[in-house]
Amino acid sequence: MTRRERYEAHQRRRSLVIATISTVTVVAAIYFLVPLAPGWSKVQQSFFNGETLVKTFPKLLEAFRINVMIFLWSAPAIAVLGLLIALARDAKSPALFPLRIFGAAFTDIFRGVPVILTVYLIGFGIPGLGLPRPWNSPYIWGSLALILTYSAYVAEIFRSGIDSVHHSQRAAALSLGLSERQVMRDVVLPQAIRNVVPSQMNMLIALQKDVSLLSFIGPVEIFRQAGVFKSLLANFTPYVGAAIIFLIVTIPATRYADHLMARQMRERR
Amino acid sequence: MPKLELQGVVKRFGDRTVCDGINLTVDEGQMVCLIGASGSGKSTLLRCINLLEPIEDGAIFLDGEDISIPGLNPQSVRARIGIVFQSFNLFPHMTALENVMLAPRRVRGLTRAELQPEVEALFARFGLADRMHNYPDQLSGGQQQRVAIVRALAMQPEVMLFDEITSALDPQLVGEVLDVLLMLKKQGMTMVMATHEMGFAREAADKICFLDSGRIIEEGPPEAVFDHPSHQTTQAFLARALK
Repeated sequence: MTRRERYEAHQRRRSLVIATISTVTVVAAIYFLVPLAPGWSKVQQSFFNGETLVKTFPKLLEAFRINVMIFLWSAPAIAVLGLLIALARDAKSPALFPLRIFGAAFTDIFRGVPVILTVYLIGFGIPGLGLPRPWNSPYIWGSLALILTYSAYVAEIFRSGIDSVHHSQRAAALSLGLSERQVMRDVVLPQAIRNVVPSQMNMLIALQKDVSLLSFIGPVEIFRQAGVFKSLLANFTPYVGAAIIFLIVTIPATRYADHLMARQMRERR
Repeated sequence: MPKLELQGVVKRFGDRTVCDGINLTVDEGQMVCLIGASGSGKSTLLRCINLLEPIEDGAIFLDGEDISIPGLNPQSVRARIGIVFQSFNLFPHMTALENVMLAPRRVRGLTRAELQPEVEALFARFGLADRMHNYPDQLSGGQQQRVAIVRALAMQPEVMLFDEITSALDPQLVGEVLDVLLMLKKQGMTMVMATHEMGFAREAADKICFLDSGRIIEEGPPEAVFDHPSHQTTQAFLARALK
């Protein structure tokens, strides 16, 4: 072992010991101090009731299937619409000028209004036109609200991806005789999309959570179902159960997005 | 009739004049080398010939036909004039083969199958037969630059432009790329190259043009320009470059 290696091994041991001591101290403090709070026994009873959790969990899982369903049909629509909006905003031909204006207005409006407001306005407003079944379903219009809002964000991410492709790539493609359109489709977009995959993963995670906002206009998805149980059992534990179910999905997804992001950083170096 | 002719070409970026009235004729099969300090306008001139940069004034003729008319669709011209860049600019998401096939497929309207024999022959000719299915980041600088040359050649251009194509290469890789240029010259390709490789320019070029601040201040056969430069700026530049 060289001098240097001995020194580094010593440093590592030292860091490990400090990290362990500090973690144990913090966990112990929480474990012993929180129950000393005057309302702890009540909170424990109404938020962390094991019996209630076990009883309501299967139903919550079932309701979560509705979240997954809404997510699954909204996500592809968002990807397509987001990309179209991004392309519309970069359209150069004067004939497409209205499209550019539309793209800019679209992103400004839907990024500027709280999601819940869009859900309310579209989810209640459009069925209010007196559409016949099944066209008055809150599933359709709620999903549309999510699709519009998220497309606006996703479009901006695609645009940043398009900007991230070096202009020399465009020059090289143009110099071979390709048209602007072919350059975009064959050279710029494939690289742009690859560059923004990690950011778009984060949008997917956010979407998965925001599906719950549709509960306000009707669908009995997991958040609404937890609310039903809360009223029925006079206990908040179902909300904790719902949170656990979300975390089971979102933590791996978040980790994966971080992993992609880190890999991209390494590749860029 | 010269293959390529430039008459009083002016290019400005804002109020900076990069090409200041350049006249140049290139005959069929000729190799013309542009030399001069960095920033003298060599690269910009090549980009103007390929119509990647619109020119402010003057005209560019290819086979006697004015290709610099404002509003002219540049695509058909670019397909006839190939350009290779200092930084290779291969498409990183495509294999070498896909890089080469893209433009012929899209612009010449051929299928992969139709192109296969022709493109494979090109790869073989430039010693890249076993590299066709590699991605750019799996290739050395010299190999990438040769793929970039093959990519331009696959469009069957009439004129090739080379923009300091060895400047980004490790010294030991320069030779393999310059050899490619000698092969092309032997086959009668018309070429214009901007270069800092004075030894190569002297041996291979038919004509040397020395650029200074956007003007060609001296031109002629290599022996004349290198051995008996008449202009003081040329003398100073060569003294530094050949040291």
